Amino acid sequence: MKAKWNGTDLIIGILLLGVVAATLLPFVYMIAVSLSKDVYVLKGEVSLWPKGFNLKMYRLVLNDPRITTSYLNTILYVALGTTVSLLITSAGAFAISKKEMPLHKTFTLLIVFTMFFSGGMIPTFLVVKSYGLIDTIWAMVLPTAISTWNLIVMRTFFSAMPKEIEESGKLDGLNDIGIFFRLVLPLSTAVLATIGLFYAVGIWNNFTSALLYLRDQDRFPLQVVLRNIVLQGQITSSDVSSVGGDNLVVDDSLKFATIVVSTLPILLVYPFLQKYFVKGAMIGSVKG
Amino acid sequence: MPLNEITAAAQPSVSSAVKRSVRSSPLQRWNKGKYLLLLFLPTLLYYLMFKYAPMFGLMISFKNYNLFKGIWASDWVGLKYYRLFLNNPDSFLLIKNTFLLGLYKLVFGFPAPIVLAILMNEVKNAFFKRFVQTVSYLPHFISNVVVAGMVILFLSPSSGVVNHMLQAFGLDPINFMVKPDLFRPVYVLSEIWQHVGWETIIYLAALTSIDPQLYEASEMDGAGRWKKIVHVTLPGITPAIVILLILNVGHVLDIGFEKVFLLYNPAVYETADIISTYVYRTGIGQGNYSYATAIDLFTGIVSLVFIYSANWISRKVGDTSLW
Repeated sequence: MKAKWNGTDLIIGILLLGVVAATLLPFVYMIAVSLSKDVYVLKGEVSLWPKGFNLKMYRLVLNDPRITTSYLNTILYVALGTTVSLLITSAGAFAISKKEMPLHKTFTLLIVFTMFFSGGMIPTFLVVKSYGLIDTIWAMVLPTAISTWNLIVMRTFFSAMPKEIEESGKLDGLNDIGIFFRLVLPLSTAVLATIGLFYAVGIWNNFTSALLYLRDQDRFPLQVVLRNIVLQGQITSSDVSSVGGDNLVVDDSLKFATIVVSTLPILLVYPFLQKYFVKGAMIGSVKG
Repeated sequence: MPLNEITAAAQPSVSSAVKRSVRSSPLQRWNKGKYLLLLFLPTLLYYLMFKYAPMFGLMISFKNYNLFKGIWASDWVGLKYYRLFLNNPDSFLLIKNTFLLGLYKLVFGFPAPIVLAILMNEVKNAFFKRFVQTVSYLPHFISNVVVAGMVILFLSPSSGVVNHMLQAFGLDPINFMVKPDLFRPVYVLSEIWQHVGWETIIYLAALTSIDPQLYEASEMDGAGRWKKIVHVTLPGITPAIVILLILNVGHVLDIGFEKVFLLYNPAVYETADIISTYVYRTGIGQGNYSYATAIDLFTGIVSLVFIYSANWISRKVGDTSLW
């Protein structure tokens, strides 16, 4: 059932293709430069397809101990943080979705208020410091453990769940904790996957917490190392000088390779997970 | 047992249960909800420890915070730090920068997803539409560090691709990142690039709820494509637009710290230094905790006034409001 195409359709199509190009071309360009031979990069001959294909830059990046350590750190933070965040958020969201909970209204208000007002950077820093979290793994997990937005999305999801499920659980002699873990959670895999992804991406990309709460280089996540290399030009790898030529340009391809390596997991899994992300945003937009 | 007997036997107990729950005492409610409270406990602890404790910590803006005495025992100094901030000639610049950056983002960034969503909505080919959506959401999931890195590398005066292109057209290369006039456009454009696709989701959801009969009716009245957009599509998503506008107006002073921090440098402080980056430098960098907190609280309250006013105006003018 192909509808008739006319001039307007063509213009809209071209505009949207422009948006697609503006989104994708920077990534394609980075990948092309990072895979090209330095001579061609120097001459500015690389556009969207690598010239003189080689993996030298990637070998350099993956041999840099800062990258490998921070990569492992980030994976650890994401695994631990997502688990903790998901567990706390879902339990809290389930409880707050039940009107029977004592002080239900007070707690809801308490949570929503934090969306409009907060203590700000310095008091939060001092509080986190006073808990002794500075320079620990937990500094990357606990202060950002709950996103109020995610909590509200989950609450909306749980309150739309049929009452009968709970009632059947009650008849079987389960209390609310049993109902939550044995009935509600297994029926909520879609929303758990969605919110879990939001948390995982959030922790993967989290730079501010690391900037504020981590001093020890061995604990740095990828984003901090990325910033040091890409934005502050701290390329100390001894191999770089032996690459020869104009170091400035070679620096660029090395930086692009670093960006690609650190972003690759998201770029690779994104097409498969996209529909979950959208679902999460949709649930959230239905009602706040 | 015959069915009616069961129901008859069940009747009294059900009604008494209803009565009991209506008139349940606090103790009974507590007893019924104790497991829910237990599930809620970690969440409650989180909010008290990481959201409300810092709010309590805001009192250091009225104190001369001493690291060794702690928040509670430090000496009160009243409004000293607020006066210090308002008397500092740099403060005006900070407030202006924060406000202008937020305003630019609002003026140029807010309509962008609306336009994009309407364009997407006009696409008849479902596959093409899906493709555009998938691609345009992507940058939203890229970290600010990466986006800032890409911006700086692409705009680099010696090796950046943008300057290569300028030179190909016979223009002089521009050192974008040290030009104060260019910081705001660069920031706002990179924000739009990063988030425009993602922000269309809410509008696309609102668009699907428009009654197709409205389009048919307008077609009967002889409306062309453009007229249908203006008279059916736009009014259909107006409630969503208003709600998001209120939220965005409320956040004009509340620009993300991370992105500006990663993009700016001392050469462009005169336009790029905003309240949150200044708070970071004076607070964490120089250890002026009380002073930095006073600045933060000051803007927090102004933000609250902003969002409240925006909501109030919208309730007076139309009937859409956040609360």
